[in-house]
Amino acid sequence: MRDERAWAVLLLVLAAFVPVVAPMLDSPATVTLATRIAIYAIAASSLNLLLGGGGLVSFGHAAYYGLGGYVVGILYAHYVSGEAFLGIVPGTNDLLVTLPLAILVGGVGALVIGALSLRTSGVQFIMITLAFAQMLFFLFVSLKAYGGDDGLAIRRVAPVFGMNLRDPATLYWICLGLLATWLFLMDRVSRSRFGRVLAGIRQGERRMAAIGVRTYPYKLAAFVIAGMGAAMAGALMVNQARFVSPDMMHWTKSGELMVMVILGGLGTLVGPALGAAALVTLEYTLSGLTEHWQFILGPILVLVVLFARGGLMGAVRQIAGMRRAPEALPAGELPPGRVQPEDRAAPDMPLRPGAAPHG
Amino acid sequence: MAEEPVLSVQRLVKRFGGLVATDDLSLQVMPGELHALIGPNGAGKTTAIGQIMGEITPDAGVIRFMGEDITGMPTPARVRRGLSRTFQITQLLEDDTAEGNVALAVQARAGHGFRFWRDAARDARLRDPARAALAQVGLAEARWDVPVADLSHGERKQLELAVALATGPRLLLLDEPMAGLGASESLRMTEVLRALKERIPILLVEHDMDAVFSLADRISVLVYGHCIASGSPHQIRHDPQVRAAYLSEEEGV
Repeated sequence: MRDERAWAVLLLVLAAFVPVVAPMLDSPATVTLATRIAIYAIAASSLNLLLGGGGLVSFGHAAYYGLGGYVVGILYAHYVSGEAFLGIVPGTNDLLVTLPLAILVGGVGALVIGALSLRTSGVQFIMITLAFAQMLFFLFVSLKAYGGDDGLAIRRVAPVFGMNLRDPATLYWICLGLLATWLFLMDRVSRSRFGRVLAGIRQGERRMAAIGVRTYPYKLAAFVIAGMGAAMAGALMVNQARFVSPDMMHWTKSGELMVMVILGGLGTLVGPALGAAALVTLEYTLSGLTEHWQFILGPILVLVVLFARGGLMGAVRQIAGMRRAPEALPAGELPPGRVQPEDRAAPDMPLRPGAAPHG
Repeated sequence: MAEEPVLSVQRLVKRFGGLVATDDLSLQVMPGELHALIGPNGAGKTTAIGQIMGEITPDAGVIRFMGEDITGMPTPARVRRGLSRTFQITQLLEDDTAEGNVALAVQARAGHGFRFWRDAARDARLRDPARAALAQVGLAEARWDVPVADLSHGERKQLELAVALATGPRLLLLDEPMAGLGASESLRMTEVLRALKERIPILLVEHDMDAVFSLADRISVLVYGHCIASGSPHQIRHDPQVRAAYLSEEEGV
């Protein structure tokens, strides 16, 4: 299978059977685990649009993930108390309302933070995105009205089209369907004119300016799309965990999402989902074995990044003999920095001997 | 009435710390003209191109393009007005194919790229002009879908020119298009430029004197950022100051 899209379809179809197979294997927890994987896959894939698509190393992606989660949590709290949020927005526990709202809020958050952060580049960009995410984290820690440190619990979620979200299989299929939709969108976007510009920005911002492209609006648009994806994932996660806390916005969560992308394969379609599956499964398995599971997880990540070029997707490709997609970067290799060599620092070509005119 | 210059640079100054890279530089490119900018290494030729393109901000002076003052304008806006450059050290999108690189320039010229749905690689409105530009610079058709990282140096130089052409330039700034090319490649590039200058005025920075003297309508000589002479190839060849400062070094070889 040369085309990565075929892999995506195959894996999604196989994943759809998890709730059918899990009871046969007598492990009902598998469905919950698979749901978390599907949700993290959306978040990681959205980060991949920035990291692998545009070469924008955003280190604060958990901010939008957490914002999405808090939209669900806060609206639920107001639904319970019966008071409207800010006296205007009535609370609700209906996913059909909370999910689009979460996506909207995530997009607006990314628009504001992106508009400021994208004026910088390189290391400053990494630091400023991290700083904004941490600001939001501490804001929600101090919001005692919404649980502060302890977060908010969500108990009863309204059925969606008559489907009970408390049934793990139902929620799983909803999340998987949204993951499939998201991956389809990402595939279209990465191949579109917009995606071509984004890939150009990753490879050489100077070149993009030289062909007449002002890169800022494109980077900002990518930032907003990615923020919306992360917020959708956050909203789903709160429905799954029935709980939201500032931990969703902590910088370690941003790091986890980054690890998923790099582990799975930067700039690939399926990679971030594979990375999410690998990281969640490893965490689950290892933490069942020992309390010091991170001690084992660390070296595994190092080995994958060192030896599987292009992450897990790169390994899959090597095994399947697929052509290396032009977008794929080696695992752990962050996109080239924006620092371009100064023209004048480059050695001038010497005058070619005998090239002088005779006369 | 005299013809208005396409590009007019007046009293341009750029300092890097104590180094004066551009020293009171004035030059013009007239319609239909190939104006060559020559000078020893470090004379500030590339810095001058950088300032004309808006990649480097000059400390003083005025740059006019088609009569419009563009001195403070950002690079993309200048490109959309018809200024286009090639890089001495190729600046190409390494993971993309040759055709992909040119198609992106076509897309940039066509307007904004905020289209999120259609597959750009199958868009004939991008592909056809891209292929036309590739054919124009003489890049072999078999190499069009090869990733840039796998192209030879000569092919990359051709591709640089194709990308610049795809932006629809009204003035081309070529920064050493022959640098590093073999003798036959240089000759081929010279012929490509000879055909191009019929359509598009060119400011050419080049060290290959055979190419410069066979192509240029006018030559300006830059030494330490300052223009010491400007005139026809014949005048430059016989200018004593130029011979002393620049060409004579080569005569002795």
